[in-house]
Amino acid sequence: MSENVGTPLLKVEDIHVYYGSIHAIKGISFEVNEGEIVTLIGANGAGKSTTLNTVSGLLKPRMGMISFKGESIVGIGANRIVGKGMALCPEGRRVFQQMTVRENLEMGGFSRPKEEIPASLEDVFQRFPRLKEREKQVAGTLSGGEQQMLAMGRALMSKPKLLMLDEPSMGLAPILVEQIFDIIKELHAAGVTILLVEQNAQMALSIADRAYVLGTGKITISGTAGDVLADDRVRAAYLGG
Amino acid sequence: MVSFLRFLINGISLGSVYAIIALGYTMVYGIAKMLNFAHGDVIMVGAYIAFCAMQYLNLPPLLSVLCAMLVCTCLGVIIEGLAYRPLRQAPKLAVLITAIGVSYFLQNTALLIWSSNPKVFPSVFSVGQIKLFDGNLVISSETILTIAANIVIMVALTLFTGRTKMGKAMRAVSEDKGAAELMGINVNRTISLTFAIGSALAAVAGVLLCSAYPTLQPTTGSMPGIKAFTAAVFGGIGSIPGAMIGGLLLGIIEILGKAYISTELGDALVFAVLIIVLLFKPAGLLGKPVNEKV
Repeated sequence: MSENVGTPLLKVEDIHVYYGSIHAIKGISFEVNEGEIVTLIGANGAGKSTTLNTVSGLLKPRMGMISFKGESIVGIGANRIVGKGMALCPEGRRVFQQMTVRENLEMGGFSRPKEEIPASLEDVFQRFPRLKEREKQVAGTLSGGEQQMLAMGRALMSKPKLLMLDEPSMGLAPILVEQIFDIIKELHAAGVTILLVEQNAQMALSIADRAYVLGTGKITISGTAGDVLADDRVRAAYLGG
Repeated sequence: MVSFLRFLINGISLGSVYAIIALGYTMVYGIAKMLNFAHGDVIMVGAYIAFCAMQYLNLPPLLSVLCAMLVCTCLGVIIEGLAYRPLRQAPKLAVLITAIGVSYFLQNTALLIWSSNPKVFPSVFSVGQIKLFDGNLVISSETILTIAANIVIMVALTLFTGRTKMGKAMRAVSEDKGAAELMGINVNRTISLTFAIGSALAAVAGVLLCSAYPTLQPTTGSMPGIKAFTAAVFGGIGSIPGAMIGGLLLGIIEILGKAYISTELGDALVFAVLIIVLLFKPAGLLGKPVNEKV
């Protein structure tokens, strides 16, 4: 388990998010320290994706503070947050289906200087050799696992300090889930801080340092991954006894 | 045979104008998912600006066209920023009604400035004509230029969307605005750019249209606008090559229909063909099927 040093990389304080009149996030606070893997787990509709979408700037909180590297990022817009070193690999992957694998990756590096792109492309291809093979293929023709790799590679193209992953295992065969989690561990070892949202709580807790459990818009339990894994309430609700 | 060729060439020429207009419709639809019904009227404004630049300022034709393009580009960006952007989260119907409103606004403003009296558009271009079959088939300079402009625009747009960073960003935004934003793409600016390009093309189309059919009045843009919209749907709305093919086919069908079937029914024929195509290919000729593998 890594040590926590200094100010947190990401600090979320008491955010409230609404969809129209629906109060989806009712005051959530959490933090992610540099070098950690933090996971948000919880049932469907608990607000996990909403939380990530808010942190990434796609949604605006009605109240609350979000700061990254000590600087407030509320309301500056998702397109500017990427440049600050935070990338979201969204739920359902959302790769650009009609663009080629390479073009998708190029888009991932949109906020970076042109001359740095080739080296980053090389890095991503090294990590995901499968993407190199399919470089010129249109993303819509890739399999689910390949699309997940593409979505992760695309997020990595922005050279994030903090990588947020929303349900990376969704809809994948168990063997692929293992593979995706191995890659997450590798990325973490390479120095990327990870904020992971997962339905698959068992898997997520097995690689995380700390965890927060979300229940209908609020954090109900938090602690080290080991503590959360041992918590009877969590065992009953998310880990099948 | 010669007369058939003449009709065909006229059809291609008219179709090229439709295609250039349709590109504007289709690009804007692709990215903003809205039908910009004011697009036809931007054509009219472009034609008037070019007309004034030539007639009153005595500018050379090419410079006049550039003036028209500049004015229309600004107009397009302003229309998007003032009328459509505030409605980005609004229901589709609100945006559609606004677009119709902008269309009437432009027509009435033109009426106020230039009155309803038709202006005779001067012959803009003279690059000479081509005579074939012992002078029986004359291809006018307007026709040559229109077709050439169409080809140049098509190639330029294909290269732009396929090769450049902004062009790719445009495709990304048209597929998934949220994901594009997560990449660091400024979605609003990309949409503005699309309106700018579409409107500049509308100015070109306006000048080409009025060179071939030289009466210019405030309603000049509406019928070609609607037909170009039809062409865009025909080819598959959102698809750039679709707009091109749709425009060309529409022009050819219209001219051949008028020549061989009935002058009065020419326009009706165009729409009849559209209906038949949509019955068999609801997404248009090159339209992308709606359901994608997720």
